[in-house]
This record gives sequence, structure tokens and C-alpha cells, in this order.
Amino acid sequence: MDQSLAVMLTIITAATPLLIAAIGELVVERSGVLNLGVEGMMVMGAVAGFAVAFMTGSTLLGVGAAIFAGIAMSALFGFLTLTLVANQVAAGLALTLLGLGLSGLIGEAFVGQPGVKMPTLFGIDALVPFSLLLTAGVAYVLFRTKTGLVIRAVGNSHSSAHALGYRVIAIRYLSVMFGGACAGLAGGYLSLAYTPQWIENMTAGRGWIALALVVFASWRPLRTLVGAYLFGAVSILGFVVQSMGLGIPSQFLSSLPYIVTIIALVIISGNKRLTQANTPACLAQSFVPDR
Amino acid sequence: MTASQYLLEAIDIVKVFGTLRANDGVTLQVTPGQIHALLGENGAGKSTLVKMIYGSLQPTSGTIKWKGQDVVIPNPNAARKLGIGMVFQHFSLFEALTVVENISLAMPGKFDLEALSKKVEFYSGEYGLPLNPKATVADLSVGERQRIEILRCLMQEPKLLILDEPTAVLTPQEADLLFLTLRLLASEGCSVLYISHRLEEVKRLCHWATILRHGKVVASCDPREETAASLARLMVGGDIHTVRAAKAPRDGAVRFSLKNASLEADGPFSVALKNINLEVRGGEVIAIAGVAGNGQSELFDAISGERPLSNGNAILIDGASCGATGVSARRKMGAAFVPEERLGHGAVPVFPLSENVVLTRHSDDASLAERGLLNRGKANSIADRVIKAYDVRMGKPDPEARSLSGGNLQKFVVGRELDRHPKVLVVNQPTWGVDAGAAATIRQALIDLARSGSAVVVISQDLDEIFELADRIAVISRGQLSEAHPAHEMTAEKIGLLMAGSHEKETPHAAHS
Amino acid sequence: MRLILEKRADRSPFFAIASPFLALLLTLIAGGLIFVMRGINPLEGLYVYFVEPLTQLWSVEQLIVKAAPLVLIGVGLAVCYMANVWNIGAEGQLTMGAIAGGISPVMFPDWQDPSILVVMLIMGAMGGALYGAIPGLLKTRFNANEILTSLMLVYVAALFLDWLVRGPWRDPQGFNFPVTKTFAGWQLLPTLGGTIHLGALFALLACVALAFVMGKTLVGFEIKVTGSAPRAGRFAGFSRNRMVMLCFLLSGALAGLAGICEVASVVGKLQPQISPGYGFAAIIVAFLGRLNPLGVLFAGLLLALSYIGGEAAQVTLGISDKIAKVFQGILLFFILSCDTLILYRIKLEMGRVGALKAAE
Repeated sequence: MDQSLAVMLTIITAATPLLIAAIGELVVERSGVLNLGVEGMMVMGAVAGFAVAFMTGSTLLGVGAAIFAGIAMSALFGFLTLTLVANQVAAGLALTLLGLGLSGLIGEAFVGQPGVKMPTLFGIDALVPFSLLLTAGVAYVLFRTKTGLVIRAVGNSHSSAHALGYRVIAIRYLSVMFGGACAGLAGGYLSLAYTPQWIENMTAGRGWIALALVVFASWRPLRTLVGAYLFGAVSILGFVVQSMGLGIPSQFLSSLPYIVTIIALVIISGNKRLTQANTPACLAQSFVPDR
Repeated sequence: MTASQYLLEAIDIVKVFGTLRANDGVTLQVTPGQIHALLGENGAGKSTLVKMIYGSLQPTSGTIKWKGQDVVIPNPNAARKLGIGMVFQHFSLFEALTVVENISLAMPGKFDLEALSKKVEFYSGEYGLPLNPKATVADLSVGERQRIEILRCLMQEPKLLILDEPTAVLTPQEADLLFLTLRLLASEGCSVLYISHRLEEVKRLCHWATILRHGKVVASCDPREETAASLARLMVGGDIHTVRAAKAPRDGAVRFSLKNASLEADGPFSVALKNINLEVRGGEVIAIAGVAGNGQSELFDAISGERPLSNGNAILIDGASCGATGVSARRKMGAAFVPEERLGHGAVPVFPLSENVVLTRHSDDASLAERGLLNRGKANSIADRVIKAYDVRMGKPDPEARSLSGGNLQKFVVGRELDRHPKVLVVNQPTWGVDAGAAATIRQALIDLARSGSAVVVISQDLDEIFELADRIAVISRGQLSEAHPAHEMTAEKIGLLMAGSHEKETPHAAHS
Repeated sequence: MRLILEKRADRSPFFAIASPFLALLLTLIAGGLIFVMRGINPLEGLYVYFVEPLTQLWSVEQLIVKAAPLVLIGVGLAVCYMANVWNIGAEGQLTMGAIAGGISPVMFPDWQDPSILVVMLIMGAMGGALYGAIPGLLKTRFNANEILTSLMLVYVAALFLDWLVRGPWRDPQGFNFPVTKTFAGWQLLPTLGGTIHLGALFALLACVALAFVMGKTLVGFEIKVTGSAPRAGRFAGFSRNRMVMLCFLLSGALAGLAGICEVASVVGKLQPQISPGYGFAAIIVAFLGRLNPLGVLFAGLLLALSYIGGEAAQVTLGISDKIAKVFQGILLFFILSCDTLILYRIKLEMGRVGALKAAE
């Protein structure tokens, strides 16, 4: 009993960063922007969060720094794709490469330093309940409020939104920065709670898995929650199986989350009705208003 | 300050895009309760002018007055606050959202979809515009979509309603209903600014007309006192070339036929084609009429081979089956195709014209790509020939396709195919968004091709064009094609009934309206 | 005040050529700022980083050695991106190429004649191509996003290699290090002079060949059409699925070739780390080369310089060589920014947008 509870807890812990990053990206994509730089924003959040918490001793300040780093990175992406209408795919890759490089340079001084662990409530990291609130909040705002309607409208047809007088670019900037804040926070969770230390490239593809989660959840917040917990379970499965001593090489178990991601993508994408009906129609398209 | 007799005045408006003066000193005055036509050819500057009145664009210079006061309309919200509503030609709707969500996006005030739904139902009863507030726009017909746009404006009780080419997407019967609504509005004191290039309906509906040409006002008159011909002369600035056609030969052999051609819908937003039958003889032009979104693009894809059918015998060119082959094989058999969308479908926007020649000609003209190597000299000479033969005007030699005006690019895209003297030519919307001069050139060329013995199919939503070109007319609705009737037996009313689906064998969407 | 983009009627031929250079200039300025922040004289820093490596023969050799895989991979990716096929898993294809090419020397360490080298190269290219075919197939059969699948496969390939060299392929005489037997003799690429090996020649040939294909052949035309206007491509009778597979097979093969060339020269064996991220840096190479095969050649040299400069900066200035990746990321950012100038004019507009200018 105790053990299965412990397993449940580790699953939740593993799922939480995926959930937070994916929920942020979901809002970004709902507004019609594809930011492939989640990994880069996340890793910057991780290093910034760790560095500030290490220097000040305050995990709260660390979390703030992680969010700020994510927002700063996403603003850079916004400038490139929204103001300068650069290709969103390429710009997202640029953001990831820059984030991985910059975090490595910044984090060099902190490799091997003891981390500061975020406080827990009844053995659960404080960010876990927050991630559930965030999911519920995003679901509510997107589907029950005018703000959410406007975000979905901009993602569905930027030219119609523009014709009705909505400021497409401004709305997308805000959405992108919300996504950046979430990705930064998710990174901060990794370096302040999940494994409280700094390791280069410590996000290990989680940003990309979060991106896949959004597709897997067909742009729905509650399905994202389910998906994140499934992925959390898969990544923990590896450790559990290993502890059972079946002699399966650890590398195969470690590659499970990536393989499962691919399988999930294949299953969901094969379903035309589900994907076509839910994909924001303007996803990854640049918008330049006439003047 | 005395109250002005005008509700809206746009005085000496200039709008410059780059080097183009889209509006060049335009003045327009609308009185309360007036249905005011804004007439002009494609590219005359009508849409630009109304976008400035609606706040979507800002004039380079000039003044806009509302009830006699100078106003600046920085954005559409401000326009709506003044009491200006607009129905766009290309609707400003969100396909993935519901009707009530679409309307809510244009309404100020508290966000309450339940209350708004009730209001939508009330207004739709009031103005005879039936709509289900919970329906998703993607599932609605074009006519229903326009109702959303109109209702969305009416619910804000506007003083001025702008409609941009509203009847282009309606059946004649639907257009009549729209006119009733507009007359009702005008009688309640709402002004209507009505953009069109259809002269007959302007004469029927409008109290006054302002006519634009090349960004300038060329006349202002009461259209009821003019003839269609005199209005047309003002619009085009000269006599219109009427298309001359000898009678189609009656004994031409069947060159192209569809036999029970069917095609599944490709995803949730596509129309399925059901048992389509059609025979086209050499020498004749057959027009396929229909309201947008009834399967025209799917029919074009099926005929061109961009989406091959499972049954190879469903399509015959000169008696040979080709239903299951791809587009290149059909071109080799002597067919040619011109799609509706010029940029991105008929031509690659960022490629020069010479490379756009290769796009469709590589399959039947081996000399363009011998052993896989491009022959640019040959491509250039074909491009030059097309440019000369069809008077394609351009700013520099071999420009990118996207830099040409709509009319000139269309002449090139049609000319590229005509240059091959195809046995079968299928054209979707041959003169959509094209100026009158280019349209006349294109239509004449289509008829000439047919009379030289080829079979020509024109898919069009423009009834004037259809009557000008067609020897026989068939109508497509919800993926089903009516029998083709001789053009002289058809009237706009008959076509309208067919557009509404009177020939359909099954009506899967009957529940909608 | 705000930035306004104004669409040009035609692409600007000036900026089409100037934009990479402008991007480079901006990167140098940003690099100077980073040096200042680290308390290093920016001019000295930039000199050590970008100029000094070019003044010595051995470092120029190193430059070419490092440029070879970058160019090989980058030119394949350039073709992919031209076709709007987003293969970002070249690092994984490189790894699989190295593994597939490494089968023969690991299994038959005593096979010592020129044929083994040929077999290694062919199997390396095939390994990369087949691994690239996976996201290609998933895209064409199931419409699965190739960006995500190709990237996921990078991690899978790395873990697979890790397992091989720690498990079945570990050299029994290797003191328990996770390495295979060291390749020797005909299992290594011959050099062309100094440390420059055959890989450099392959890179050069690949660029020339692909420049010809893209510029002069119907296949190249097909790739460009499919990428810039997919609907028009279908209208032309070109198969998008065929193009997707072609691009993945081609870029996978080139990445695989780069992989086997690396382990059959610089590395000399299989081990967990065989590439300092060439597969990702090559993405930058492709864009810096403006997706033009000949442009990629120069871009590859520049990116190689960023690696070597990083090492030089570490030695001379005592700054981490991780700065190389920062420079690479910044460079890609500026390239994408500057490319906007090709299609748009950028204007600064003062004051409130939409205010009417007073009529005279």
C-alpha cells in the first residue's frame, strides 16, 4: 500500500513539469502560434531558478526567476515571429538551441552545487496542486470567458479577428509570454523540486514531450492533464521495472517515454477527424495586417 | 453647427499602398435611410474605401464626417460604436466557433452566451434570418454564414450598414430575400452602403450610386434613371467587349464524360461528390453553376486528378478511362485545367513566370525536362508566347507570379493552358476578381477554344458569366450535379431552384435550415 | 514608436545576399557584449575567437575537419527545409549511421582491406537513411508531426548507442570503459593531407551535386514547388509523400555518412559521445547558407570556426567553450531576423498608429 502510494507520488512528480509546460504551450497554440522552443525556455527556467535560489536561498525567488527567464525567452521568440514574421518552426528551433547553449554557459558555475529544495505540503511539492489549479484555470478561461474566446478566435482566423478590430499581434504576444512563463516555471520545478540541482541539458527532451502532449490532447486542457499523467507513469515505469531486477537494460527503459511519445503521436495523428477539427486553423501562420 | 443632411461624408480620401493610389481623392456622401450603391470594377478601390470607413484601414489623407462632425475611426470597434456595421465579402467569421460565439466577438458588454443566444433568436425572427445559435459555422452553408454576418451587424442596431458584394455567394432567391431585409432596414432609417458590380441589382435596389474607376469617382447618379449599359460604360470607362460566339455545333463527338463519379469527403470540412454524370461534346462550353462550397473544388480536384477516383471508368477523355490516374497522365491525354485559386494552386507565388510554365507543362512537353534536366530556354520561350498572346502586363521581365495583378496573372494561368490547344479544358472560376477587360479576353478565348473543336467545362458562381459563355448549364449542390440543360432554356430563377437543391436525390443536410 | 513591416513587390536581391553577412555582423556585436560582460576586452575576445584560428595551419586543418560533418548534414537539411520537411533529428541519424557503419569493424576487427571501408561507408549512409525513413514513414502514413518524431528518435538513438558500447559491443580489453575496439588500418578514412580526411571531399561533392540537382533538374524543381506551394505541387502532379520520403532518405543518408566518417577518423571507435551536437548545429548551417547548397559550404566553415574559436577562447581567455553554443544560437536568431528584410521593408513609425495625417 505504502509502496503504491509512493509510486503514485513519483508519477505525479514526473508528470507535473510536463503538465505545466504543455498547458502553457496549449494556450500559445490556441492563439495560432507554434512555439517549438519549449525545451529552450524550460532549460533557461531551470538554470535561472536554480541560480537565484542558490544565491539567495529562497526557492520563491528562484521560482520567480524561472518564470521571468521563460517570459524573456518567449518575448524574444515573439519579436522574431510576430514582429519580424520569421518562420515559426525555425525560430522555435533557434530558441531551443540558444536556450541550451546559454543555460550551459550560465549554469557552469553551479554544476555539482547542492540545490535548494522547494517546500512540500504533506510530501507533495507545492507546485503540484498549483499545476492542477493552472489546468482548471486555463480550461475555464479558454472555454468560459471572453478572453478565452478571443484567444481561440485569433487562432482560428487571424484575418477575421483583425477585421473585427482585435489586435491580433498583441493577443499573440501575451499568449506566447504566458506560454513562456509556464515553460520557465516547469523548468524551475525540475531544478528546484524534481532533482534539486543543476545538470546541463537537464530537461532531457521534456519540452519536446510537452509539445507532443498538446497534439496528443488535441488542444484540450483536461486531456492534457490525463496525457501528462500517462507520460509520467511511463517514465516511472522504467524505474519500477528496473527495481524488479528483470535484467532489462536501463537504456531501453529510459527510452520508453520517447518511444511512447512517438506511438501516441501516430495514434492521434492518424485520426483525421480529431486532429483536423481541433487544430487551430492559423497554427504557425504569420500575420501581417494591411495598413 | 447645423445638423448635416448627410449621415456619412468621406471627403477627398486618398489611400496609398506602396506606389499604388488605391483611392485618389474620393468623395462619398450618404443620407439617412438611403441605399447607396458603390459601383466599380475589381481593383477600382471600393473595398479600400469602405475599409477606411469601417476603421480597418487608415486613409493617407482626407476627412471622414459622421452626422456632420469630423471623426477619426482608428479601428472597427470605434466604427461599431458610431453605429457602422459591415458585412465582408470574404466573411469575417470563425469556422471552428459557434454562431453565438461569432456574434459575441463583435458585441460589447457583458459576456453571457445564454442571454445572447436568446437575443440572436429574437433578432433572427424579427428580420427573417433563421439561424441556430449553437451551430458551428463550419457546418453551415454560405448563405447561412452571410446571415450570421448580417445579424451580427443588425444586433448592434447600426445607422449605417456596409455590404461588400453580398449577392456574390447567394442564389437568386436568397438575394431577393436579402433585398427585402435591406429595404426594411432602409425604411427604418438605416442607411445602406451597397458595394457591387452587378448593375441590374443596383438598379433594382439602390437610391443613389457613386461610381469608382481606378481609385477616382467618375460619376454620381440615380441608378434607376440609368441603363445597365450606361452604368457599365461609366464603370469600365469605355465600351465593354461583348463576347462573340458562333453557335455551337450540335454533332460534336463526346470528348469528356463523367459516369457516376463519386468521391468521399476529405476530412470534416469537405463535401462528398455523389454519382456525378456529365457529357461534354467537342465544340461546346458547359457551365457548372452553384453556390460556393457545394463541391466545386472537390469536383475540380476529381476531374483534374489531384484526387484520383477509385473507379477508373468514371472519367473518360476521348473515350479513354482516366478516373484513377493522376493529373500528369490526364494532361498527357490532352486535358488542361485551371483552378480557382491563382496564387498557390495555379501558380507558385515566388516563382518567376517561366518556372510557372514548367509547373503544368512538364508532364506533356518532354522537351521542358529531358532526362530530368530543366530546359529553361524552352520555358522562357513558352512564357513569352503566352505573355504576348494574352496581353499579360507586368513591371519587369519574367517577374514573380505574386507581383502580377489578379487579372494579368489569370490571363497568364489560362493562357498557359490554352497555349497547348487542349482537347478538354476545365476551368474553375475563370474570371473571379478579374477586371472587365481581362475577363472579356479570357471568356472570348474559352469560347474560341471550344469552337475549334475542344470540350470546355467552366465551373462558376457568376450567373452573368455563365449566361455569356455557356451552351449548356448544369448546377451543383451539396456534391450532386443536375442534368445539363441548354442555356436558352434556363433562367436565373430556374438555376436558383437547382442551386437550392431541387434536383438532389437525397438531402442529407435537410435538417439545417 | 513601433516597427512596421511593408511588403516588397519583389524579393530584394540585395538582402538575399547581404542578410547572412548582416546576421554575422550582429552576432559579432552581441559576442563582443558577452565578452564585455565577462570582463574581457571585446576586440581581443573576438580576435582570439574568430581570427586567430585562421592564422595557423593546424587550426585551419581542424576547421576543415569539423566543417566536413556540418556541411554534409547541413546540405541535406537545406534540401529538407526547402521542401518544407522539418527533419531536426539529424543527430540521431548521425548516431545510427555511426552504429550501422561500425558493425563491420566491431564484428570483424581483423578485416583489413579497402573493401571494409567501402562497406562501412555504405552501411553508415544506409543506417542514417533508414533511421531517417522512420519519421518520413510516420509522416506520410499517419500524418505524425515529423519535427517531434525525428527529435524523439535522437534520444532513442543516443540511448541505443549507450547500451551497445556499455553492453554487447564493449571492448573486453578496454579497462571497462564504455568503448568498442579502436578502429585501425583500413577501418579508418584515409587522409588528404594533414588531419583532413576523406569526409571533407564527400562534403564538397555533396554540395556540388545538390547544387546541380536543385538548380538544374526536375527533381530539384519538384522539391522547391512542394516546399513553397504544396497545393501547386499537387496540381503539377508531384507527390508530396514521395518528396517527404526522398528528403528524409537523402538527409538521413548524409547524416549517417557524416556519422561513420566521424567515428572512422576523429573518434576512431564507438563511444557514448561521438558528436558535439553536429546534427543540431547543422540546422544553423542550413539556414545560414540560406538553404542553398553552395551557401551551406561557407556556412559550415563558419560554424566550424565557432567550435574551434570556443576551444581557443577556453585556452587563451579562460572562458568556457560552452560559449560556442551561445554564439551559434544567437547567430541563428539574427539570420532569421535579417531574412525578414528580403521580403519586407522595415519602417519605424513614430507616434500613435492610425492617427490621421493632416491634409494640407
